[in-house]
Amino acid sequence: MSIWVLRGLRDGVVTTRWPARPDDYADTWRGPARPVPAALSSDAAAALSSDPAAALSSDPAAALSSDAAAALSSDPAAALSSDAAAALSSDPAAALSSDPGTDSDTLEALCPTGAITVERGGNVRVDQGRCILCGHCVAERPDVFAWSQGATGPGAAALTRDQLIVPELPETDEAVEAARARLRERTAALRRSVHMRHVDAGSDGSEEWEIQALLGPVYDIHRLGVFFTASPRHADVLLVTGAGARGMTVPLRTTYDGMPDPKIVIAVGTDAISGGLLSQSDMTTGGIAATVPVDIWLAGSPPSPFGIINALLVAVGKLARDTNPSAPARLTTGPRGGRRSR
Amino acid sequence: MTGTIMQPGVKALWDDVESRVAAGDRFAGLFATRPTEVAGSVGVAGSVGVAGVAGSAPITLSAHLATAGGIDTLEAALPPGAESYPALTPRLGAAFWYEREIHDTFGVVPEGHPRLAPLVRPCSPETPGDRALPRHVTGYGMFTIPHGPVRSGVLESIEYLVETPGEAIPHLNMRVFYKHRGVQDAFAGMTPADAVLLAERTEGIASVAHALAFSHAIEQIAGCEPPMTAQLVRVLHAELERIANHLDVAVRLADAAGLAVATARLALHKERVMRLVSRLCGSRFGRGVVVPGGITAAPLLPPAQLRAELDQLAKPIAADAAALMATSSFLDRLRGTGPLTPERARQHGALGPIGKAAWPADDARLARPYDAYRALAVPSARSHRAGDALARLRVRWEEVDQSFRLLRQVADDLAERAPDPYSVTCQPASGRAVGWSEAPQGEVLYDVRLEAGHITRCHPRSASFHNLVLMHEVFAGDILTDFPFIEASFGLSVAGVTL
Repeated sequence: MSIWVLRGLRDGVVTTRWPARPDDYADTWRGPARPVPAALSSDAAAALSSDPAAALSSDPAAALSSDAAAALSSDPAAALSSDAAAALSSDPAAALSSDPGTDSDTLEALCPTGAITVERGGNVRVDQGRCILCGHCVAERPDVFAWSQGATGPGAAALTRDQLIVPELPETDEAVEAARARLRERTAALRRSVHMRHVDAGSDGSEEWEIQALLGPVYDIHRLGVFFTASPRHADVLLVTGAGARGMTVPLRTTYDGMPDPKIVIAVGTDAISGGLLSQSDMTTGGIAATVPVDIWLAGSPPSPFGIINALLVAVGKLARDTNPSAPARLTTGPRGGRRSR
Repeated sequence: MTGTIMQPGVKALWDDVESRVAAGDRFAGLFATRPTEVAGSVGVAGSVGVAGVAGSAPITLSAHLATAGGIDTLEAALPPGAESYPALTPRLGAAFWYEREIHDTFGVVPEGHPRLAPLVRPCSPETPGDRALPRHVTGYGMFTIPHGPVRSGVLESIEYLVETPGEAIPHLNMRVFYKHRGVQDAFAGMTPADAVLLAERTEGIASVAHALAFSHAIEQIAGCEPPMTAQLVRVLHAELERIANHLDVAVRLADAAGLAVATARLALHKERVMRLVSRLCGSRFGRGVVVPGGITAAPLLPPAQLRAELDQLAKPIAADAAALMATSSFLDRLRGTGPLTPERARQHGALGPIGKAAWPADDARLARPYDAYRALAVPSARSHRAGDALARLRVRWEEVDQSFRLLRQVADDLAERAPDPYSVTCQPASGRAVGWSEAPQGEVLYDVRLEAGHITRCHPRSASFHNLVLMHEVFAGDILTDFPFIEASFGLSVAGVTL
């Protein structure tokens, strides 16, 4: 037995301080695919760019008709053919809209789970709740798609299903704030000690590994006041993995019903959000939202342990989800020291 | 070297299977297929479902036998409209779960099968099976502990029904169907490029091995071979996956024994291996690397750095493994626990570490080498006969050591090689082939049929499916507290069982 005593000290402290301190591995984490900023909404692209070609592309009809384009702009670039304008411009959004008909089909066909949509204006959106991180789109069209970086950036824990769609839909912000307020009301009592329970509703087994990693020395979820419990009666948070296997519908619902209020459900992974590659299967419900109400949506196939920690902290209101991926995560610890009356 | 042999009828098929198994071939699986009409409509994903022309089309039974150099497939068609056939299980016990799966999937009855309870599919979508607890052993004080499907701890969903008078476990029953996801049907209609993604998610902890077995089947149909660099990178990821899986088993065993430091140390090593994998390819599970025809991209780390990182990993893992195997309180819990007899292992054709711990089970990397294993010097393993949880862990540590030796060869070879392309074109139109690979759990088989560039049927068979049924038979005098050790020492994934 004594051989283990010194062995335990051998590597020093290996535990991450994330999110209080930055962690290289968390910050460079490869998340779901996203459209590259220039290929985002063409309105935003036009606003960002002073390039007339980009401004042109904000209106695909104008781009198609060279007359209209010429009428809109006195810039000589606009007088060129739309192809040439696109070639001149380094803006992919412009390149995209130069041939919206065929391009939208080929872009959407890149994704095996239908996460990519090209709107009529040529705007490309990725539903990260469907992205299985296969990388087909990033490999084929690096001008339009890229990986999102970091465990807290876009693609991290979302408070509404729509929040996973990037670039975000116009109405998302208000819905997110409303969801955050509702969640804060329910979870105010949980901040200092959170117990969670996991249910596998048809996962491929990898999500379980990543959740188990939280108990290891590197992630050590206990340092954040979060603990696993075997009994649903003691659980505040329900982590659900898997595409929603029909056979697990009743056990999952029973577990959920057995938990005391307030309770939070986290859909861990793309399979749990949308069913992933098995969304069309007769034997799944295409995500777990059909069985239990989901509070936090965490994309990834599987999500990283950092992503799961982030989702937990967002769930209990300890962490404000930052929309700016480069900003460091903010850990709000709540009142310290003082004894609060119940 | 593989071949398909058609037999005139089911009886002739079973005679052939039985005589070949008696002659030394290993029974590797039994699948059924019901051909569906494929007239041009394959392109629409999932439209060629089982529902199409089901009912009238005859069912074909395919038995797979592992031979010295390949997998032989013996087939026979049932008469059109047949609702039953004479079961193989009474003649060859290893077919027990395979015939239950066939019964679940197609409704055809294997006559003479001892137990046709649902295995992989819940009875109906909304009511998962009969909740009544089955009782096989009766007597004073006997009761059944239903353990699952929602289990304590972060584990996959499966239900163990433990019949016990309090300590001993005279009978164990398993209900595995809860997390059935319909993976096999989801393959139908996919292109190989998309299907390899589903193969990676069939048994997520063995993503690379499943992608390899699937890709080997497609490459066999196309008659192409990946470039040597791609073959080496495939071995690289397959062996890292093996190390991570074996460390996971060691973590669970140390945890079951309450060795806090050992649990933490081994979990740290596992995390380091997974981080190395993610720095090589972006995914902690080696996903998105293997595709039919080769690999998607070069490793993101240069070979020299890879070699250095491997050395940094290998030494502390070996040291902690040695310390664990010298901790007597730990060994006491494993020695003699959950023994599988060599006779039973041979009869069943037990795979992977479970098989290797009990009989001279073959290893696909040596017996039917694929990719760069043909060129690398795969160190042969020692033989074990004890068949208990301790022997299984010994096999795993030897495999970890073996993997590191292979990985060093791979890193050196990659450093010396002039980079060649990462893949060759591999887009076969039609055909059928069986691909295999050696997952950490044992041999994985993929029986793939293609029509017009789309998959019409793909049957994955994981080592987890083949081996889990043996859990029924290893509780020789073991008691309830041995259960976590036996389950962990099997090291299987439920996702790979129910599909």
